[in-house]
Amino acid sequence: MFEDDGVPVRPAPTPLDPARSVVDQLRERVAAMERKPARAEVATLPGLAELVPLHAGATYGVDSAGLALALAAGASQAGEWVGFAGCPDFGAEAASELGVELSRTVLVPDPGEHWLEVTAALVDVLRVVVLRPPATVDARAAGILDSRLRTRAAVLVVWGDWPRVEARVSIEESRWTGPVAGGGRLHERHARVVVRRGARPPQRAELTWPGVRVVTPVLADLREASG
Amino acid sequence: MVWCPDWAVVAGLAEAEKPPRTPAAVLSANIVEVCNGPARSEGVRRGHRRRDAQARCPELELLAANPDRDARAFEPVLATVEDLRPGVAALRPGLLAVRAPGSWFGTEANAAATVCQALVEIGVWDLRIGVADDLFTAEQAARTADVQGWEVVPVGGSGAFLRTLPVHVLEGDGAQGREVVSLLQRLGLTTLGDLAALPGEAVEHRLGRYGASVWRRARGEDPALFAARTPPPELEAEVAFEPPLDSVEAITFSVRTTAERFLSQLARHQLVVTGVRIEAESDGAVCSRRTWLHPRHFGPRDLVDRVHWQLQSGVAGSGVRSRKDSGAVRAPIDRVRFVPEVVEPAAAHGEALWGGAADDLVERGVARVQGMVGFDAVRRPVLQGGRHPAARQALVPWGERAVDLRPVDRPWPGRVPGPAPVRVFAAPPLAEVVDEGGRSVAVTERGVVTSEPCRFRLGAGVLPWQPVSAWAGPWPVDESWWSGGAGLSARFQVVGADGRAWLLLRAPDGWTLEAGYD
Repeated sequence: MFEDDGVPVRPAPTPLDPARSVVDQLRERVAAMERKPARAEVATLPGLAELVPLHAGATYGVDSAGLALALAAGASQAGEWVGFAGCPDFGAEAASELGVELSRTVLVPDPGEHWLEVTAALVDVLRVVVLRPPATVDARAAGILDSRLRTRAAVLVVWGDWPRVEARVSIEESRWTGPVAGGGRLHERHARVVVRRGARPPQRAELTWPGVRVVTPVLADLREASG
Repeated sequence: MVWCPDWAVVAGLAEAEKPPRTPAAVLSANIVEVCNGPARSEGVRRGHRRRDAQARCPELELLAANPDRDARAFEPVLATVEDLRPGVAALRPGLLAVRAPGSWFGTEANAAATVCQALVEIGVWDLRIGVADDLFTAEQAARTADVQGWEVVPVGGSGAFLRTLPVHVLEGDGAQGREVVSLLQRLGLTTLGDLAALPGEAVEHRLGRYGASVWRRARGEDPALFAARTPPPELEAEVAFEPPLDSVEAITFSVRTTAERFLSQLARHQLVVTGVRIEAESDGAVCSRRTWLHPRHFGPRDLVDRVHWQLQSGVAGSGVRSRKDSGAVRAPIDRVRFVPEVVEPAAAHGEALWGGAADDLVERGVARVQGMVGFDAVRRPVLQGGRHPAARQALVPWGERAVDLRPVDRPWPGRVPGPAPVRVFAAPPLAEVVDEGGRSVAVTERGVVTSEPCRFRLGAGVLPWQPVSAWAGPWPVDESWWSGGAGLSARFQVVGADGRAWLLLRAPDGWTLEAGYD
């Protein structure tokens, strides 16, 4: 029975990058440790690290299940616990393909009216919590979770509307390669993802699924920003 | 020696809750292994194939062979005899040996009668008792006895008793025995006495070591005795409430020390418990009983939580709490008992000296969530094998072990290829797919799509009407046609104009949305 459940093994700390100065890297690490937990970085998938670096204590909004999974996958891969609240349609196979370690995943498919308490309790112990709020959320409820998030160094990914988010990641345009009039099968998804952070100009990138990779650095956002 | 004939059938019928006089047979690999008296009187014999047996006796109850079940069912019999005379040896399920407690009960016949009565009282009606100097003779004596009767072979009379028996009693030894019986019959030896009269060396030469042991047994010279079992240690723990408690909170508060004692007495035997049965008694009768499994092993807090959930689920008006257990606790509880069902050596579960602290924290946090929304509202995803996305995963209640999972590493022909869908709908919403003329798209018996899908709509507010920009399929399946499956269905991958892809199923009665590649 033990192999199934597998007590998760914590990976060793990431080795230093030999290309850069050791002292600089160590300084960065010390700085990261000295910072309040609120700003510590949370691991993300390599494809998303540039686009949406996750910071502990922050809330991120997404508009699709694929993006929510992708944001949680990096931390799970790095040995953290993740949780999904209010997602009865959790696709376990897709999650595991994306790198989510299922033995370190907690699901509360239908928290019902207790969703706020459940999410707060999950935030206490997990690193990344994906929430699909069942109803519209007012600023007060969001504020409760925000303060909890900051003290606990967790990341909240909201699939849906949320009053105040650090960044909102959405899919602007997407297409699938593969099926042609009945033939073939779904192969790859190319999506243009846009990240909006407050008043800053939106940042765009071309991503492909499965496996969430950045295809080309998009310069369109620069052009758009300059008018 | 106490012999319960056809024990596998008796145990099987008891488990299936059928009356004990039903004709029944235990099959292993489609061959009748054991059958009971009523089946035998219909002509069913050991070694028959399943359909031969059913042809002779159509109402024959077929049971799967399960040695564990037989042994488990035999346990109360052992315990009963142990009460009368310690030092019981279970030779195999259905057959036990004990030193005849003759001098205590007066005569051996009195002892046999006492044992017989005690066993009939616990519901074992078909039993026979044999008393003799050695095991083999005692077993044969038991076989010659009547139902609930006994046969006593006097001291030193084994040889005389065995001499008259036909050689086919050796068939009880299994395949080896059957072979020797057939050989002896061909040699013209019909009774054990004929065999015993032969010179020993000659028998050993011709029949090997087994033959020699049979020869010794037939002469009543077999010295084999039995190793009596040590009664298993008492590992259950229970707590009685006086006066009975009717509030779940009070009960959970009171069972904590018992839970700790239960685990510490297991720990003294170097054991940890991974499966426990919790029984609550009300007015002397068990009113709630449930087995809980733990992915690792139970700690005192886990046990107290389980008691809480089990009793809470029965209390009326508990709302969102667990709906799993039907054993309602409406009466005050006067006793709670922990029965270990699965124990494992503690060494296999040792915790590392460092680490594990974070997981502990998670366990605690999740237990708090379970306290809020109910035990089975918190799930742990696991993968399993299957053809459609919903069948390929299972959401196991947190803190329980996954059981009955389909293996992942099989090919599962007919499954939809391509990336796994991100959203999997447990209760598939209805959908509609129509062609240019507005007719619903269907799939013929031969798996041909009747017309080109043109527009589709997903029910339950997922997606309004939308043109199809690309589609792939069908992947036809006809699952469980032998047990009332849905019939020939086909799956399609459909990409909408907004670039989102969906997995739709066309069953005979319409379209449903199974999964989304959001």
